[in-house]
Amino acid sequence: MALLEVRDLTVVFQRRGEEPFRAVDGVSFDVEPGQTVGLVGESGCGKSVTSLAIMGLLPKRGAKVTGTVKYDGTDLLKLSDKEMRDRRGRDLGMVFQDPLSSLNPVVPIGLQVTEVLERHRGMPRKEAMIEAKDLLDKVGIPDPNRRLKEYPHQLSGGMRQRALIAIALACRPKLLIADEPTTALDVTIQAQILTLMKELVQDLGTALVMITHDLGVVAGLCDEVNVLYGGKVVEKAMRHKLFAEPRHPYTHGLLASIPRLDAAPGEKLTPIKGSVADNIPWAQGCAFAPRCPNALDVCVQVTPAEEDQLGRLLRCHNPVVPGTPAAEEVPV
Amino acid sequence: MLRYTIRRLVQLVGVVLVLSMLLFAWLRLLPGGPVSALLGERATPESREALTKQLGLDQPIFVQYFKFLGRAATGDFGVSTGVQPGDSALDIFLQRFPATIELSFFAILIAVAVGVPLGYLAAKRRGGWFDNLSVVGSLIGVAVPVFFLAYLLKDVASSALGLPSQGRQDAIDATRVTGFFTLDGVITGEWDATFNALQHLILPAIALATIPFAVIFRITRAAVLDVLDEDFVRTAESKGLTAPVIRRRHVLRNAMLPVVTTIGLQTGALLSGAVLTEKVFSFAGVGQALAIGFERRDYPVLLLLIIMATIVYVVVNLLVDLSYALIDPRIRTR
Repeated sequence: MALLEVRDLTVVFQRRGEEPFRAVDGVSFDVEPGQTVGLVGESGCGKSVTSLAIMGLLPKRGAKVTGTVKYDGTDLLKLSDKEMRDRRGRDLGMVFQDPLSSLNPVVPIGLQVTEVLERHRGMPRKEAMIEAKDLLDKVGIPDPNRRLKEYPHQLSGGMRQRALIAIALACRPKLLIADEPTTALDVTIQAQILTLMKELVQDLGTALVMITHDLGVVAGLCDEVNVLYGGKVVEKAMRHKLFAEPRHPYTHGLLASIPRLDAAPGEKLTPIKGSVADNIPWAQGCAFAPRCPNALDVCVQVTPAEEDQLGRLLRCHNPVVPGTPAAEEVPV
Repeated sequence: MLRYTIRRLVQLVGVVLVLSMLLFAWLRLLPGGPVSALLGERATPESREALTKQLGLDQPIFVQYFKFLGRAATGDFGVSTGVQPGDSALDIFLQRFPATIELSFFAILIAVAVGVPLGYLAAKRRGGWFDNLSVVGSLIGVAVPVFFLAYLLKDVASSALGLPSQGRQDAIDATRVTGFFTLDGVITGEWDATFNALQHLILPAIALATIPFAVIFRITRAAVLDVLDEDFVRTAESKGLTAPVIRRRHVLRNAMLPVVTTIGLQTGALLSGAVLTEKVFSFAGVGQALAIGFERRDYPVLLLLIIMATIVYVVVNLLVDLSYALIDPRIRTR
């Protein structure tokens, strides 16, 4: 049985006096114990909202969450507030995007680590401090005894993210959700943090849901990849299969728009035209159709259904033929 | 930190010197004077002249000022001519200062104890009926004049609740130690004296607390709203921490900085509010002495009390600035 089974997860934001907005529209995916699954897409595709919905961190008022999120067989969406509070931090840990704003500026790092140990493992403060020191050591923070007493502003960006990883893993959760954990960091630090996360989830046997817009992160880390567009999964496959043979035009476009070191000088990038802002609701036709080079008449009339194609899920009327090179050059 | 404190205290000396000069001149520019106040309109010119000479008011103003400075350096601030004629200004200050501190302290205590929790709740339930009601209530709190509320409490609430509405304490046999009546009873073990003093404090303290309460409520609400949107509160939630820990450690601790600043700034409002409140409740504090002092042109008492009020205001705000460092470690390392 999968550790995490997300079925038909839908999040609708409803503000008074405004049209309801479907941020996540029937997303389903599984995470096996110890597996790393990627949720990929550009800003606004619903990947962060998916993670917050799984964690039960969306505001009670204004966000309607439906579907099921089964963790070890229990539907997290049916749990009471208190039951979910008992699980967060213990069964599910989460690492956020901006490590500076995600740490409390007026509380020492040590307490921010120990409070989760005190809460879920019932450790007294002293014992928790020793454990916290080990944790900081494990995530590669030098001189942990000193750092425990320091405040977030005294740490570098990379060290702050390491501290947040230590906090998220403090209670050995079986599932870790990382929402763009490297986006706010320098490129050199990004690689260090990714390597660290990879090692830690391997050592601890933790399953990881990696949320990112960066296909480079996916390539180095994920076993399975879900590509999201406009709140729906448009393509899902194992990593090798997806990279070797992207079938959805969106996935294809994402891969084609990665700058390459071996490109000839002066060669132009191949971006995807337009932005998510011009997406149309999935209610009629494919949300990606206005930006899609492969779009047919049927694409704007009929919403494509999800099709299972030999270990690959695809939602497209006119998928990319395997072996097609990147779309024609577009001036940036 | 120490250097900063010393610099601020040195600045305070300058402020006091300039203020005393301005006050000295300004008090003498007020129409009338202690002579008319003491002798009345129908006094003979001879008696007026004699009293003017006796009080030293016939000399040029700068001579009077330097004589005042010289005496003040030895702790002699002159003799009251109006508030308690014949008593030294310093004695009047020492008698009345604890009363006003006691009153202001309880007022700010009420304002914080009610304003901060209410502000937090309103922010948590933003847009709900509780929030809307409290915001309107706090507006009324700011808008209602202190003296109106004070008379309302004195004339209506005091009889309805059976609380005293005059003075600091009934004429009971109580030992005086510090001049703080509530504290004296605790020190000497005369609990009935403390209880009696507290009863006398309730109504004036409520009257004085309304404006600071309303301001503290609004600032707390705004600060908590800001903090609730912060990423680290979401992190705290993602750790599954209990609601009280999130509230205390993650939300309120971060929201306290603007609230503490407000408390400092409200001391000014408190001192001016005390003038009205003490007058209404015949509460023998600095405010009441100021009111009487102005009516009777009591130069020495007015001068000393206003300077002391300034010193209190500056010192409270210095303490507020120093407390920032306790609340926010980012200020400490700067």
